[in-house]
Amino acid sequence: MLSFYTLFYKETLRVQKVAFQTLLAPILTSLLYLLIFSHVLEQHVEVYPGVRYTAFLIPGLVMMSVLQNAFANSSSSLIQSKITGNIVFVLLAPIAYGEFFAAYVLASVVRGLAVGMGVYLAALWFAQPPLQFPLWIILFAVLGSALLGSLGVVAGIWAEKFDQLAGFQNFIIMPLTFLSGVFYSIHSLPVFWQELSRYNPFFYMIDGFRYGFFGASDISPWFSLAVVGGCLLVMTGFTLALLRSGYKLRG
Amino acid sequence: MFPAVDARQVHKHYGSLHALDGVDLRIEQGEFFGLLGPNGAGKTTLINLLAGLALPDGGHISVLGHDVVKQYRDSRRLLGVVPQELVFDPFFTVRETLRLQSGYFGLRRNDAWIDEVMHHLDLTDKADTNMRRLSGGMKRRVLVAQALVHKPPVIVLDEPTAGVDVELRQTMWRFIQQLNRDGHTVLLTTHYLEEAEALCGRIAMLKRGQVVALDSTKNLLSSIAGCRVRLKLTDALPVTLLPQLVEQSGENYLLALPSFHALETVLAELRLAGVTVQEMALLQPDLEDVFLRVMGRSC
Repeated sequence: MLSFYTLFYKETLRVQKVAFQTLLAPILTSLLYLLIFSHVLEQHVEVYPGVRYTAFLIPGLVMMSVLQNAFANSSSSLIQSKITGNIVFVLLAPIAYGEFFAAYVLASVVRGLAVGMGVYLAALWFAQPPLQFPLWIILFAVLGSALLGSLGVVAGIWAEKFDQLAGFQNFIIMPLTFLSGVFYSIHSLPVFWQELSRYNPFFYMIDGFRYGFFGASDISPWFSLAVVGGCLLVMTGFTLALLRSGYKLRG
Repeated sequence: MFPAVDARQVHKHYGSLHALDGVDLRIEQGEFFGLLGPNGAGKTTLINLLAGLALPDGGHISVLGHDVVKQYRDSRRLLGVVPQELVFDPFFTVRETLRLQSGYFGLRRNDAWIDEVMHHLDLTDKADTNMRRLSGGMKRRVLVAQALVHKPPVIVLDEPTAGVDVELRQTMWRFIQQLNRDGHTVLLTTHYLEEAEALCGRIAMLKRGQVVALDSTKNLLSSIAGCRVRLKLTDALPVTLLPQLVEQSGENYLLALPSFHALETVLAELRLAGVTVQEMALLQPDLEDVFLRVMGRSC
């Protein structure tokens, strides 16, 4: 248990030591999105009746930050450790692969939530979305960041150079988050794109998270919870199997 | 009593390369054991399998009776490995690095031992320095300290003195020898054969993934019969002595003698030919001679 805690602590300590890059920079980026999109669309778009566009946008941006940073945390930490070679210190230690998984994923959850909280608090200056069901908010934030943290572990293990990881981030994570309803309701999309969005797990994470704020969503939050929970279970099983096999970690 | 390390018919392939080809090796508890071989012989592969950094394709390895695959947590707890590569985590200070490594091994309050290890390796002054700011030699010391934070009964040193200064070598060997005297088993790979000769009680030589020699250092040295004599002569070496010539550089000659008594014959031949000896040195066989002979023989 102490092995797990130490690895988790090391990961969070690393985040603190480079907080400008890991915490402040993503918060600033999200605020820039908020500033520009709300300025351009505030007068033109009303997604839910009586809800300002800026207020609608905030939960989406917060969740996007949570997801992207959860992914970035485990994936970048692992690839840095692999490329510099210091992953050996973890591999030499009597750390079970389950502990390894839990430490990296939990650290990703912590960073995701820290950035998400930072974005939310700063965004309150622009608009104050209601908080209808805080438990749904916490539940989707934790499950979503755990799912992306797990995906980050897989990407970090698979990638052999920064270029490959950047490809994973730019061609998979970014499109899936941008096309998930962060900036719009999928009901505003043509039918084809609406249908396609239903195959994007990120859509369920954003929609369920937003339900916690407004009590309204494109789809039932219970269904979203089932999809996100199911994806997390499958991803956890896959990642644990990968770690158990020693794939790309133990030649 | 379980052996410290027990390798049985260990095989490892990397693509078409048969990196380890049926290695059998048994290292007893308390030994100071040397693993020698040219580059690519399989030394680091064997250590990686022992440490769980790679998985064997065949055979078994155990550390103090614990299989390194099936009981990997137990076997890793008993091992302290100093890796060959000079790796470090740039985010942390020396003390943070050692505390984290202790935690990985399940040790919560380990500062007393960390302080002692740092003292023995002359790291105390650098305890709060970030790893990035250390010289190569200092980083190497931290690697050694990291391997020792959990007081492992079996210490594995993979080329620990490659590219480090004399002072560090002496400091490190003093500490490792002390640990060996206290009962820790030491497995060493090195390119410095004089180090292996001075430190190791037993030695295995690997070539192309196979153990080609395994004996006590004393027996290996005595397996080279005879001695060598280095001579500086006023004239050319008489033809009768040419069969014994190993090396010539100007008027300096190195001759191999079947025994110490053969020196009398050599001097008589030189006298007969009217050649005067200006300088003479008798050389005992060393591990390098054994190494070259074993590696040459098994080509």
